[in-house]
Amino acid sequence: MMASSYNAKEEDGHHSGAVGPGGAGVIKSKKPDNTAFKQQRLPAWQPILTAGTVLPAFFVIGLIFIPIGIGLFVTSNNIKEFEIDYTGVEESSPCYVCSFNYTWNNTTPCQCSIPFSLDQPFESNVFMYYGLSNFYQNHRRYVKSRDDSQLNGDKSSLLNPSKECEPYRSSQGSPIAPCGAIANSLFNDTLELFYNFPNGTSIPIPLVKKGIAWWTDKHVKFRNPGGNNNNLTATFAGTAKPVNWRKPVFELDPSDPDNNGFVNEDFIVWMRTAALPTFRKLYRIIQKKKDNMMPTLPRGNYTLNVTYNYPVRSFEGRKRMILSTISWMGGKNPFLGIAYITVGSVCFFLGVVLLFIHHKYGSRNNNADIPN
Amino acid sequence: MSFFGLDCVRKREREEERRLKANDRDYNLSFKYATNAIKTSKYNAITFLPLNLFEQFQRIANAYFLFLLVLQVIPAISSLSWFTTVVPLILVLFVTAAKDAIDDINRHRSDKKVNNRKVQVLINGELRSEKWLDVQVGDIIKLENNQFVTADLLLLSSSEPLNLVYIETAELDGETNLKVKQALTVTGDMGDSVTALAAFNGEVRCEPPNNRLDRFTGTLSFAGQKYPLDNEKVLLRGCTLRNTEWCFGLVIFGGQETKLMQNCGKTTFKRTSIDRLMNQLVLCIFGFLAIMCAILAIGNYIWELEEGSKFTVFLPREEGVDAAFSSFLTFWSYVIILNTVVPISLYVSVEIIRLGNSFFIEWDRKMYYERSDTPAEARTTTLNEELGQIKYIFSDKTGTLTQNIMTFNKCSINAKSYGDVIDYSGQRLEITEDMESVDFSFNPLADPKFQFYDHSLVEAVKLENTEVHAFFRLLALCHTVMAEEKNEGDLHYQAQSPDEGALVTAARNFGFVFRSRTPESVTIVEMGTQRVYELLAILDFNNVRKRMSVIVRSPEGKLCLYCKGADTIIYERLHQSCSKLMDVTTEHLNEFAGDGLRTLALAYKDLDEAYFKEWKQRHHEASTALEDREEKLDKLSEEIEKDLMLLGATAIEDKLQDGVAHTIEQLAKADIKIWVLTGDKQETAENIGYSCNMLREEMNEVFIVAAHSPEAVREELRKARTTMKPGAEDTFVSKTILGNTPKIVADETVSGEYGLVINGHSLAYALEPSMEVEFLRTACMCKTIICCRVTPLQKAQVVELVKRYKRAVTLAIGDGANDVSMIKAAHIGVGISGQEGMQAVLASDYSFAQFRFLQRLLLVHGRWSYLRMCKFLRYFFYKNFTFTLVHFWYAFFCGFSAQTVYNEWFITLFNLVYTALPVLGMSLFDQDVSDSWSFEYPQLYVPGQLNLYFSKTAFAKCVLHSCYCSLVLFFIPYGAMYDTVRDDGRDVADYQSFAVLAQTCLLIAVCIQLGLDMSYWTVVNHVFVWGSLTMYFVVTFTMYSNGMYLVFTASFPFIGSARNSLQQLNVWLTILLTSILCVLPVLTYRFLLIQLQPTINDRVRLKVLQAKAAPPPPRRRTRIRRTSTRRSGYAFSHVQGYGDLVTSRRYLHRPAKPRSSGFTPTGRSLVFNPTGRSAGYSPTGHNQSPKQEVEATSLQMYRTRDMSF
Repeated sequence: MMASSYNAKEEDGHHSGAVGPGGAGVIKSKKPDNTAFKQQRLPAWQPILTAGTVLPAFFVIGLIFIPIGIGLFVTSNNIKEFEIDYTGVEESSPCYVCSFNYTWNNTTPCQCSIPFSLDQPFESNVFMYYGLSNFYQNHRRYVKSRDDSQLNGDKSSLLNPSKECEPYRSSQGSPIAPCGAIANSLFNDTLELFYNFPNGTSIPIPLVKKGIAWWTDKHVKFRNPGGNNNNLTATFAGTAKPVNWRKPVFELDPSDPDNNGFVNEDFIVWMRTAALPTFRKLYRIIQKKKDNMMPTLPRGNYTLNVTYNYPVRSFEGRKRMILSTISWMGGKNPFLGIAYITVGSVCFFLGVVLLFIHHKYGSRNNNADIPN
Repeated sequence: MSFFGLDCVRKREREEERRLKANDRDYNLSFKYATNAIKTSKYNAITFLPLNLFEQFQRIANAYFLFLLVLQVIPAISSLSWFTTVVPLILVLFVTAAKDAIDDINRHRSDKKVNNRKVQVLINGELRSEKWLDVQVGDIIKLENNQFVTADLLLLSSSEPLNLVYIETAELDGETNLKVKQALTVTGDMGDSVTALAAFNGEVRCEPPNNRLDRFTGTLSFAGQKYPLDNEKVLLRGCTLRNTEWCFGLVIFGGQETKLMQNCGKTTFKRTSIDRLMNQLVLCIFGFLAIMCAILAIGNYIWELEEGSKFTVFLPREEGVDAAFSSFLTFWSYVIILNTVVPISLYVSVEIIRLGNSFFIEWDRKMYYERSDTPAEARTTTLNEELGQIKYIFSDKTGTLTQNIMTFNKCSINAKSYGDVIDYSGQRLEITEDMESVDFSFNPLADPKFQFYDHSLVEAVKLENTEVHAFFRLLALCHTVMAEEKNEGDLHYQAQSPDEGALVTAARNFGFVFRSRTPESVTIVEMGTQRVYELLAILDFNNVRKRMSVIVRSPEGKLCLYCKGADTIIYERLHQSCSKLMDVTTEHLNEFAGDGLRTLALAYKDLDEAYFKEWKQRHHEASTALEDREEKLDKLSEEIEKDLMLLGATAIEDKLQDGVAHTIEQLAKADIKIWVLTGDKQETAENIGYSCNMLREEMNEVFIVAAHSPEAVREELRKARTTMKPGAEDTFVSKTILGNTPKIVADETVSGEYGLVINGHSLAYALEPSMEVEFLRTACMCKTIICCRVTPLQKAQVVELVKRYKRAVTLAIGDGANDVSMIKAAHIGVGISGQEGMQAVLASDYSFAQFRFLQRLLLVHGRWSYLRMCKFLRYFFYKNFTFTLVHFWYAFFCGFSAQTVYNEWFITLFNLVYTALPVLGMSLFDQDVSDSWSFEYPQLYVPGQLNLYFSKTAFAKCVLHSCYCSLVLFFIPYGAMYDTVRDDGRDVADYQSFAVLAQTCLLIAVCIQLGLDMSYWTVVNHVFVWGSLTMYFVVTFTMYSNGMYLVFTASFPFIGSARNSLQQLNVWLTILLTSILCVLPVLTYRFLLIQLQPTINDRVRLKVLQAKAAPPPPRRRTRIRRTSTRRSGYAFSHVQGYGDLVTSRRYLHRPAKPRSSGFTPTGRSLVFNPTGRSAGYSPTGHNQSPKQEVEATSLQMYRTRDMSF
């Protein structure tokens, strides 16, 4: 495969001493310079496709990809994932009433509880996601509809948000903070998880809401105006809450004052728009119990308590709650493993076929002399 | 020529008739005629920007991008920020503007140079030196010899008798021969009397300015009389005054209104076939784009109806926008997003690649000619890839194939052959440069440049062999050469034909020095003693006689006739006693002819004094006869030229340029057809055809078409065709008659090799519309076509004919002004520089010094350029389609909302920064095999002729490949990211991470594809490829960094996405999978092709690999020796000789007038400088003469005759 570095002693190489008819070299000769670059003789690697390079490549790719694929597939299969759809479309669903009676101006939140059971215990940290389907977070107008300066704590943008936020730019004369369609459509269901002991008692499972957003988002991209002073109410004075919101941005998390305003992690997670119309977003983390041999979520019965605020039925959307463990490759996704195994096998198979073809036809064609 | 400019300015209004009065500026100014200033520049400092921009936006690509820019400003449509279009557009506009500015500055300069030339103008009764631009219509100006004609003039008077002037019109129409113009007698009588001229008040009425060079009508009213004016009395701007001391002229048209300027701007802009294909493809792409956008717009309509209307809870529509309107807006939004399928950078990159390849041509040392210090020159930078597709070459002969240098090579004297070097074993030795040549130091008058290798001949001379002496005496006496002796012993010969010069020079070196002549005598130095021969008659050469004789009286009083001529002619006139000698000499002649030499037989005859006297008397009578003078003279010549005694024969080599035969052989192997179009006569052309191996003895047949009527020509062509391919008759011709549009004549294959020689007469018939197809068909079945006695116009017609009926690329190569027309007509014109004149070079697209460089230009540079350009285009289209189509697939998942997959910055920089250099690197440096292998296997050139590397099919393949890749590039990341989270449970399936993943996949995939395409990885390529990848990561991480976000919050919203996603293992696994999947099919396909149907390139490359990449040993160039018995060619030019002139007193005693200042008195009367074309001969092959200042032509002879009236 490696080929020539050109023989530098080309036929014109030794001419250089000879001087043209002008003699003595006084007159500047127009003779071009004898450099490898100008003479197009730069040493070069000239790879070509031969059986000796292509066939091994196929086999090597096959041999590397198949194990990787198996590894990925096994890992993905070992990840435990539990998913429950609580949209309440079917009449049998406990949330049917909530979803059916939903209006934006409900003052009393509708509650529904969904019992479920886990067949297998979930070890290690368990991540709780909410999933939405048929929700076009990647629609161009939707994606655009935000003001990053405002979210980054820029004071002038706070009071004068970008035009991109229309029609959620201002409400009743005052600027909306945070403005735009993304913020306006913030996911606002509350999910609670209870473990039901076989004896009938149930205890809530602690859900951690910190650390669900990217570090860069939490610390760089999103900042409250006026730094981290605690008086967010004053900071946001003169702004209006987004139309669909029940509470202003500085009261998003009554339990933790540092998790309010633009740096609220639920808010940040939502603001990172999804690439595809079906997506899941991290909601809470169920941390592994310390000094306990018990799994994080043992086998048994659970209840999911939903405070049903978020309407999706109008656009045939779906809401899911997902519990998942993770591995080195992230969440459960068998695709990559299968793809690797497939590609690896195809490569291997192609290698065999090409080897056969090469043996049958290749030598005949390649060793024949070139007619001249 | 260039300074006569390119563009003409539109005329203000139609002028019906031009009226002007000499020496009356006030009167003439009232008509507002154009002054003599010319302006070929387009812009000035102020108008540059607006005008240039206006022009640039007339180009469809630029206008399209401007349109996009407008679209992007509309918020409802804008799917991309303005900078994605503006940055590339500005770059492109800037580069083009810079180039235009440089061109225009050069034009300004040349305008200024021309406008500021000085000319003498008659103002207020005195001659003043004025700038050209100040000359006005109606002025009288004075021109001197060798000056350019300032404006279109009415000739008033001249220094020459009969008010003649001689002009060269090369700049105007490319003809180098001089033309005569004659002034009216009434104005001519004024002579150079300034007072008379100042008082001249003639009034001219003539036609308005027009572009007909050959017509002029008008009248001159002077002193109450009216005189008609025609073209014979007008000097046009652009001509040069020759051989005329001075003349006066009246300015009729100035500046832009001159016929030259009216004629200019016709230079057609040459485009390559790739250009044309590219334009078609771009149109196709526009269509494709429209279809894609329409599909997406429909998709949007459906989505809006089905989903969007319900999703308004979270994403309300803008006011007044319903589904239909939304889909309309989407259409335009997608036009913006998908615009990258019509890449603006394509045109810029193509220009850069061509420029680079032009530089490589200019830098090539193997196309540099040491002797004349001429490197190759790419005068046009836009045609390079066409060099790799040439199918037909039209070549001139003289000066192109041959050096136009004749050398005395061999001779046969009294049954003994001289000239071969024979070693001791009796073997003939090859004559090489370093062989010791004969020492002529015994002869002080010898020409030091003459070389001869056979020592026996000089021995024979020294031994005073009578026949040998007679032989050289004949050569020294029987000719029409003029000698000029500047210093004692420093002789210069001016010969009518180079052959004659070579013969006389040979005699000179062997001790028979022709020294000078008068009309009545010839002085030669015979072996050191000066002898004066009385010249009694010259029986001159002409085409019918094919011989010339002189009758001289030696100092001893002996009368003798010396004759030289074509062997067949001489043999008919020999005395019977010579028959034995004849046989031997014939053998020698055959041998000479076999070596491709031009032969002459020499003979003499002693004359009886009384007989000669009587003959002379009759001759005199005949020459004054009024009727049938020629016939009578011929008869007299016949009478005296008989019973000659054979002396021997000479052999002259019409030296081919180095390596011509080899080059032609190589080009033939590359399946290039070579047509020789020459003004020479048939014998010479044929001879050259044989000696450069175009015609071969082994050929099945060489057809010679030399008929004198259309029917006969048609019959001969038909006969030739039936001989070559019996049975295939005229199916084609009927078809063309039916269809009006020119059809493409398909190539017909014939078994066997044939040659075709056609002469000028027959060619004229063959080129008529009714017969041209017939001619072309016949010609294209032959391997070799030689057209002789062809006029410059016919040369162009032949080229046009082939261009019209063959879908093939043509190249014309030539060196003289007579080749200009064909050089301009062909797709590519090549000029041989440094021979004579520059017209061919100035009209050409490429120029170099030697014909053999053509081989390198085509087989190496052309092939590489074509390969590079095609690789570039294929890759470029692949890259951009892949890039763009991903958006198309994404549309189905984002509600057809014109959301992009990638970050806007990536879209902006992808073509300009991330992928520009690697692909440029490939298209500048790629070589499939090295130059020496290209020569080894000229067949490598054939794919170019067949357009195999880039065609519509290749383009379609590119598009399919791109579709596949874009599918992979979208759906693999889609699958991998679907519902996936990071290894810490956080989000990674968000839009920004997906964008980062998709763009990284894309970039790596296209880089790998580039790596597969690139077959020549130099350091530069490595730097470009790896550098660009590094650049991508550096730029990406920088743009997505905290700092950039904090400073430009709105512009860089992707903060952290690169960090957060690219640290994930599964992201990299996705990238790996995508890249491998993208190249896998290509790899398989290419490998299968190589295995099952290897192309010539694949085979050669494999062979190179097997040969461990060593360049093949340079092939021994063997001298091609014919073993032929055919001989022809004799050492005369085809024009009538000028024996008359030599004997005419008038010629040698021209009135020596006192010369005006500035004219060097080096005796023009003595300088006899015959026909421009064949003037330079040299016995050694060194081109001795720098271009003569004054190029006289055969016209000079007519002039001297005129003077005798």
